[in-house]
Order: sequence, then structure tokens, then C-alpha cells
Amino acid sequence: MDALLLQILNGLDKGSAYALIALGLTLIFGTLGVVNFAHGALFMIGAFCAVTLQKILSLSSTTLDPTKTDFLGNPAKIETPYVESWFGPEIGAALIDWSVPLGILFAIPIMISIGFIMERGLIKHFYKRPHADQILVTFGLAIVLQEVIKHFYGANPIPTPAPDAFRGSFDFGSMLGFDPNVIIYPYWRLVYFFFSVLIIGGVFAFLQFTTFGMVVRAGMADRETVGLLGINIDKRFTIMFGIAAAVAGLAGVMYTPINSPNYHMGMDFLVLSFVVVVVGGMGSLPGAVLAGFMLGILESFASMNQIKAIFPGIDQIIIYLVAILILLTRPRGLMGRKGVMED
Amino acid sequence: MSYSKPTRRGLLKTGAIAGAGLAMPTIFTASSAHAFTNEPTGGSVTLGFNVPQSGPYADEGADELRAYELAVEHLNGGGDGGMMPTFSSQVLDGTGILGKKVEYVTGDTQTKSDAARASARSMIEKDGAIMITGGSSSGVAIAVQGLCQEAGVIFMAGLTHSNDTTGKDKKANGFRHFFNGYMSGAALAPVLAARYGTDRTAYHLTADYTWGWTQEESIAAATEALGWSTVDKVRTPLAATDFSSYIAPVLNSGADVLVLNHYGGNMVNSLTNAVQFGLRDKQVNGKNFEIVVPLYSRLMARGAGENVKGILGSTNWHWSLQDEGSKAFVRSFGQKYGFPPSQAAHTVYCQTLLYADAVTRAGSFNPCAVGEALEGYEFDGLGNGPTLYRADDHQCFKDVLVVQGKENPENEFDLLEVVEVTPAAQVTYPADHPMFAGGNLGECNPGA
Repeated sequence: MDALLLQILNGLDKGSAYALIALGLTLIFGTLGVVNFAHGALFMIGAFCAVTLQKILSLSSTTLDPTKTDFLGNPAKIETPYVESWFGPEIGAALIDWSVPLGILFAIPIMISIGFIMERGLIKHFYKRPHADQILVTFGLAIVLQEVIKHFYGANPIPTPAPDAFRGSFDFGSMLGFDPNVIIYPYWRLVYFFFSVLIIGGVFAFLQFTTFGMVVRAGMADRETVGLLGINIDKRFTIMFGIAAAVAGLAGVMYTPINSPNYHMGMDFLVLSFVVVVVGGMGSLPGAVLAGFMLGILESFASMNQIKAIFPGIDQIIIYLVAILILLTRPRGLMGRKGVMED
Repeated sequence: MSYSKPTRRGLLKTGAIAGAGLAMPTIFTASSAHAFTNEPTGGSVTLGFNVPQSGPYADEGADELRAYELAVEHLNGGGDGGMMPTFSSQVLDGTGILGKKVEYVTGDTQTKSDAARASARSMIEKDGAIMITGGSSSGVAIAVQGLCQEAGVIFMAGLTHSNDTTGKDKKANGFRHFFNGYMSGAALAPVLAARYGTDRTAYHLTADYTWGWTQEESIAAATEALGWSTVDKVRTPLAATDFSSYIAPVLNSGADVLVLNHYGGNMVNSLTNAVQFGLRDKQVNGKNFEIVVPLYSRLMARGAGENVKGILGSTNWHWSLQDEGSKAFVRSFGQKYGFPPSQAAHTVYCQTLLYADAVTRAGSFNPCAVGEALEGYEFDGLGNGPTLYRADDHQCFKDVLVVQGKENPENEFDLLEVVEVTPAAQVTYPADHPMFAGGNLGECNPGA
């Protein structure tokens, strides 16, 4: 029982990342009809926004300390971050410590700008081209973006820790009456889960309760008619691309303390997120979120030793197996809409 | 006068024959005129450096490439000579190898066996490389070693830690300076017993490929010989990024030690996840829960950040060693590049000098003569103390370092501290040890 609860918790944070990426993918597909294989790269760029802010806040002045030596025997360099010189040691250290949450503010304008540039500069030229062309160009773009990041940041993971206040684990077991230290869960993963719920709720509320969202939903349902009413739906869809890029970017920013980011992390999530979108139903936002959490939890269950003892290697194929089963029984996915991707 | 009228069919036939002739690997055409593959005839000799220049181990590959360039510079008489003055063999004189200037070509393994074989083949066939060296993965090293055996060139392995490289997959043309999984187990076990006691229960998480399997087997055997028990061995996909669902079962397994048979990004992520789940703060069976990372790399330790503090592991070499060879290499590398070398850089630098030295002592570039010169060769002064290149399996036997993540690093390179230098005798095993069984060196292949 305790193992099951623990794996459900594990699945929630994994599912949160899948759901956030899949939500952005579905937004872009539903509005612009583009299959965006560069979406994983946007997640990765978001993570590197947090890394960049950490590096900016850690920029330091260098002084030589003659009492210590470096590895070559020269006087050691003592580095003092500028933020500590400017704002005092306590505030400066706190700014560096909180670089990941501050990365959210840093990433939003950057990700929206990248989304605009991607959509206006490249993707809009492929709206009327076949999906295969869109996949090729966006996949190529993803490779270019990750190579650019590797050029500047290297291939190795870069540690980007959570603020000190969120280190350590929460003892769920004690709260639920189990033995202490049996069901424990890292604080930051809880933060990630609640953050993703907030973002997903925000996107749904934006689409559901604002005039802008209403027009976008109308455009998703019937782009031509909305256009005939004199509404510039293209402009709104471009803004939605920017929002989708920001959602992926924020998912990346907040993911950095969970696993140290590297240039390849977007690709690691991309294929799984596409499976999530297909299982949820192409173009269905609630479907993407539901499938994200469901597959995240199933993936965690499949990693349990008891399950692997019966089905060796199941942890590596469970997501694809479930995808096949769902598509066999519900060809449009869990919450797929009739007519989407069927022409 | 008669002539045949050119026809489309005739043109195609001629083109096909000419194309096949041109496409035939030069390895088959060139070697027939020489005593061995790529016998150097001019004033220079070409070495092939096959390292990951892209992919997840690109940073390690870049460090290897720096060390190779430094070795070439030293062999050609440039720089301060690095470890050449401290090397026990003093036959290298800075005039290249056998008087021929050393040149090099590079290939990108991408940490993929097929890509690594393709780049090695290209360097042998197109660039005339007389020796191939490099690699940051055992899967790649074993694949390239097999190719070099077929092609008739020497393979001086870079960073490869699987027992199989000089075990069941050993080849007469292949030589390894780096240590292996068995040696990690033999070096770590006494330190683990001294620190954590002999009544422990271990849980292994293992990368699911040749290196992970042999390291798991080695560490489990070494710790079980101490009296430890192994509660479970769980294989994790090489492509895994989030290990939380593999870490969670450890919490309720009754284990009080977690052994992470992971390397590279896998190690960074699994260790980070284990620390996040509070394993290091946990008490099990009345003891503090401990984590062990049997194969450490400074470049990878940097990725894991503070999570490595206090965690034990082993390494082939570390820049903080104070023997003359290590100091000379760190000085030489540090002055050229501005930071200390990694263990990957050290092993490939040594391999390049050892190859050049063997050619010089043999008086020939013939791979069989070079192999003979390396087999059973004893040397010193390259940073690991007295070392033997054992003839039976082409494995170097030397001291192994047990290290732990440093609690209070003084700079960004100061991540690991050496807690014990395990003497070579303690990590030496018989050539017919069961963990290394199943293969044989075969015959040396000069490629002619």
C-alpha cells in the first residue's frame, strides 16, 4: 500500500511535466494546426533560462588571495558575486538561492519572444504544407536549438538547486498513519505539481473566461467563420503560440532542481509528450492533461520491482503499450474530437 | 579503323566497374603493397583520435582531445614535455615517433557504436591512421576494438571501465590503461567495510548495458565477500532521466546502502534523485543510510553539485595526486588550458605516450611488434605508480584511487578528495578469473 502511494506521488510530478508540455503542444496544434516537434526544445530553453539567470546572479568580481594557492600554485582567485557587493551578503545570497523561482519572471518574456519569432519567422511559412513537412522543419529546428545550447553551456548537466527552504522531503507516511520515513516526498516535487496545476488552471481559465479565449476557442472550432466575422484570428493564434512556448518554458524552469538540465532534456520529453497528446486526443486540452497524469502514474507503477518481476522490461514500453491499447479501443484518443486530424 | 560506339549500357557497365574499384576500401588495396596496414612511408605518422565530440559525453571527449593534442605537442618536442621526463622509459626524445613527425586526425564517436566504428574506419582507410585511440563508453570501446583487430591497427582504449573490454571481448590488437569494474570493487570494499561495517544490506541500481552489468557483478561480489547482503539488483534503462520511480522502492526494501552503477547523466540524475528523496538523512536497521557511486568522474561530479559530498567511489586518477608524473601533467595541461585535466584526459595522454614508447622500443610501427613491446611491459612515472601491461589480457595493473565527494571544496575543480590509494596488488586478479572468462586475445593482426 505504501509503495503504491509513493508511486502515485512519483507519477504526479512526472505527469505534471508531461501534461504541461502536452498542453502547449495541443494548444499549438489546435490553433495553428501545426505539429510542433520543437516543443521539447522550448522546454529545454526554459530550463536554460533558469541556468542563465543563476549564472547572471553569480557573476563575480575576482580578487587574488595570496594566502591560498590554486591547482597550479598561483595565488587563489576569490570570487565575490556582484549582487552580494551591491545588495549586501544576505540579500545577494538570497537572490542566488532563489534563482530558480526568479527564473519564472526571467523566462516569461524570453519564451514569449522566442515563440513569436519561431511562429512569425519560420512556422507560418508551413501552415499550408503537409504535416510531414511541418514535422521535418520543427524537428530540424529542435536539433539546431539544442546544438546552440550545447555550444554555450556544454554537454554535461548543470546543477541548478532549489532554494534552501524547499530542500528536503515531506513525510506523507506520518500524516497518513504509516511508519515515519516510509512515504516521503521531496518538497520541490510537490511545488512542481502545484505549480503545474496552477499553470494548467490558468490556461483553462484564460481560454474559458476571457473574450480573447472565447475568440481563440471559436477559431479552433471554425477558423474560417471567425475570419469572416472580421476578426484577425491569425494574430490571436500567434499570441497563443507565444503562450504555449511560455508554458513549456515555465515547465522547464521549474524542472531544473528535479534533474540537472542538459541540452538533450527536451528530446527526452518530446516523444513521450507526443504520445500523451495522441492518447489524450489530438486537439483536446483536457485530454492532454488527463493523459499526461495518467501515463506519468502508469510509468511509475511499471517501474515497481513487483511488476517488473512479472513483466521484465515493462517500464520501458508501458507508455507505448497503453497508447496502442487506447488507440485500438478509442481511435480518437481519450477525449479526441471528431474531425480533428481525420481529413 | 574500327571503334566501338559508346552505348548507354556500356557506359553504365564501365561506370559500375570504375565505381566499384574506387569504392573498394583502400585498406584492401593499400595493404597489399606494405608489410602492415598504413605503414608510414613519409616523414610523418598519423594517429586517429576517436572521441565523442557530440552527444552526452562531448565534454569528456573534448577533454580527451585536449590531452591528445598535448601529447602530440610533447612527442614532437613542443611545450614542457609533460610526463615524458618523469616516464620511466626514456626512449622518447621529442622528435616524433621513430623520427617521424606525429600528426593526427579526429573522429566523432557520438557515443554510439555504429558511428564510432564508421569514424574509426574512415580514419584508417581514408586518413591512413596507424593507431586508433579514444572512447568514453565501454560499448563503443568494445565495438572499435573489434574493428581495429579486423583492420590490423592497434587500439589504445580510452575511458572504458567494463570488465568485458579486457575480458570476454579482449583482442590482441587492443590495450587498456584505464581500470575496470573488478578493480573498483576490490579497491572500494575494504574502505566500505572500514567506514560502514560488515553488516550491511545493499540495493543496486544499474545502467542496463555491458558496463553496468559487469560493475554490478564486481561490486556485489566484493561487498558480499565482506559479509554484506544484496537485497535487490534493479536494471534501469540507459535513456532514463528521472530515477524517482526506481529510488522509491529503495525506501521500503530494508536496504541501508544504495549502490549506483550509473555513469554520466544517469549518475548525475540518479544521485540527485536519491538525495532529494532524503536517503542520506534516513536511518535503516539502526544505521545511517549510505550511497556509493563506484565509478566517479570529476566532470560528472560537477553536474551533481552538492549531492556528491561525502559519497564514496573510485577513480583511475585525480589531478590532486602529488607524484612527479601527476604534477608534471597537471602543470602542463593547466598552463595550456587553464584548468586541471580529468581522469579521461590522463588515461588518453598516457595511452598516447605508451604507444609512442612501444613503437620506439620495438623499432617498428608494425602492430604485432608494438603489441609485443607492450605485453608484459612494466613502467612508472605516469601518475599511477608502478604499472604492468599484463600480456595475458592487455590490461594495466596499477594503484586505484578511492575518493569521496569533498565536503568543503576550495574551488570549482576541488570536488573529490582521495581517501585511499589502493595498491595494485590488491586489485590484481588472475587472468582466468570467472568475471573475465569467455574470450581470448587471438592472434595479432598486422593487416597485411
